[in-house]
Amino acid sequence: MDVILFLVFAIIAVVCAINVVVQTHPISSAVSLVGVMGSLAVLYLLLGAEFLAAAQVIVYAGAIMVLFVFVIMLLNAGAEAKKGRSFTAQLLGLPLLVAFLGLMAFFVQRLYPQSTLVHFGGFRGGGAAEIGHALFTTFLLPFEVTSILILVAILGAIVLARREMD
Amino acid sequence: MDSFIVISLIKTAVVFAVLLTTLAYLQWVERKVIAHIQVRPGPYRVGPHGLLQPVADIIKLLTKEDLVPPYVNKPLYLLAPFLAMTMALLSISVIPFGPQIQVAGYQTYMQLTDLNIGVLFVLAVSSMGVYGIALAGWSSNNKYALLGGLRSSAQMISYELPMSLAIAAPLLISNTLSLRGLVEKQAGGIWNWNVLHGPFPQIVSFIIFLIAAFAETNRIPFDLPEAENELVAGFHTEYSSMKFASFFMSEYANMITVSCMATLLFLGGWVAPWPAEYGSSYVPAAVFVLAGLVALYHGFHPARRRDGYTLPVFGVLFLIAAAVFLLPMVQSWLIPLFWFCAKTGGILFGFMWIRGTLPRFRYDQLMGFAWKFLFPVAMLNLLVTGFLVALRS
Repeated sequence: MDVILFLVFAIIAVVCAINVVVQTHPISSAVSLVGVMGSLAVLYLLLGAEFLAAAQVIVYAGAIMVLFVFVIMLLNAGAEAKKGRSFTAQLLGLPLLVAFLGLMAFFVQRLYPQSTLVHFGGFRGGGAAEIGHALFTTFLLPFEVTSILILVAILGAIVLARREMD
Repeated sequence: MDSFIVISLIKTAVVFAVLLTTLAYLQWVERKVIAHIQVRPGPYRVGPHGLLQPVADIIKLLTKEDLVPPYVNKPLYLLAPFLAMTMALLSISVIPFGPQIQVAGYQTYMQLTDLNIGVLFVLAVSSMGVYGIALAGWSSNNKYALLGGLRSSAQMISYELPMSLAIAAPLLISNTLSLRGLVEKQAGGIWNWNVLHGPFPQIVSFIIFLIAAFAETNRIPFDLPEAENELVAGFHTEYSSMKFASFFMSEYANMITVSCMATLLFLGGWVAPWPAEYGSSYVPAAVFVLAGLVALYHGFHPARRRDGYTLPVFGVLFLIAAAVFLLPMVQSWLIPLFWFCAKTGGILFGFMWIRGTLPRFRYDQLMGFAWKFLFPVAMLNLLVTGFLVALRS
């Protein structure tokens, strides 16, 4: 059951991801990206990280991508014109892609030689309580630094908007 | 395992049948309530007391010509109503309607599934509902629809923040994310409900939640996305037949979901306002007896002649319902269900009442209200609650 679900949603994620690149219209790409994030959330859920799955949908699919779609709608961006690929891209594209994937597989194999197959649902500790506990004890410093980073970004946005208004 | 699947299938079928019927009749009730607020009888022609009006509406919508304008972005145009409908119906799957019950020897919960992250699931699904409206507005390729879609996405993003903060405060008190767990923490009586329960009564976040719920469901006074006198019909201008009906139904399904959420988070779910040993289990029967007597009195009143026998028949039906509530073998699940429906129905009635009472906001007022008033108040409420919860533990 878990394997079937994994395959279904992994395929949806990959197809949507390819669709993001292939589509010429930004809204269609954005909607495909939502599909990628939704299926990633299901994969998290299959692995037992239920809080992460919910956060993935709420934050990425529900907030960030809505903002993307909103901005694309506001700017009324049209479909991009398709131009032919350059000669080098046509010649080297596929070999470089294969080489890149091979390098990735090699490094993963090198870095984690003892890694075993994933057991669906075998992971415990993906609940809200465990994540909260980890964030406020083990990862307190990165967590606080991130929040300051976001605060700085908000202030920067306000400063930029102010300058435009004056 | 097999019996689990069978029970789940039966429960799903029952819940969705009841939900879809409620959706159809909720609209009838709304038209009646608005009509009575405006001192007119409302739907009256189809069936006794207009009771078959929803059936007529469904037949009308099903048989209407399904027109797809030639200049729309077709895949997204077709995806949008489907998305809105799915996301609206999905969240009912985690709503608990009552406690554990025993049916034919099987223990089961009056809930489709209990997630550990039930509250987050509902939030996630409702945040995905924006896409249905935004994409509908954009893909219609119509300026009114586009403006409606833009307004609605901005509005829903803005009001999601105070809504989430208002939800977070009772979660801090109850210390769980499971909707079932939330209700079990509020058991006992009205003084244990989150809306009144200390260390800090959540009356403020209850009101903020309700206001944000009105905005999230695009209801008056926040129905800017479909303001008829400015935008024709907003995001669903170009939709007809069943596609229009799915937007319509998703709006009502969202109303039911937020009312259920308000009931579960703040009003103690299916818990009676006071314990059964002080007679709360007789309240449903008393309410139905009263309703039956009122219906009988009005049914035989000369001023109500045009109704024929509708009111007397309903009076008798209410009295029979009252008798059913006194049967001991069904009391264990019928009385919690009654309290849940009563609380949810009360909030739904509030939705209709406000629609009949308040005018629409201006768009800048709507945004200013969310960001300059609702958000800071919700933040303050969350801080005070968090501080008091931390002090207590």
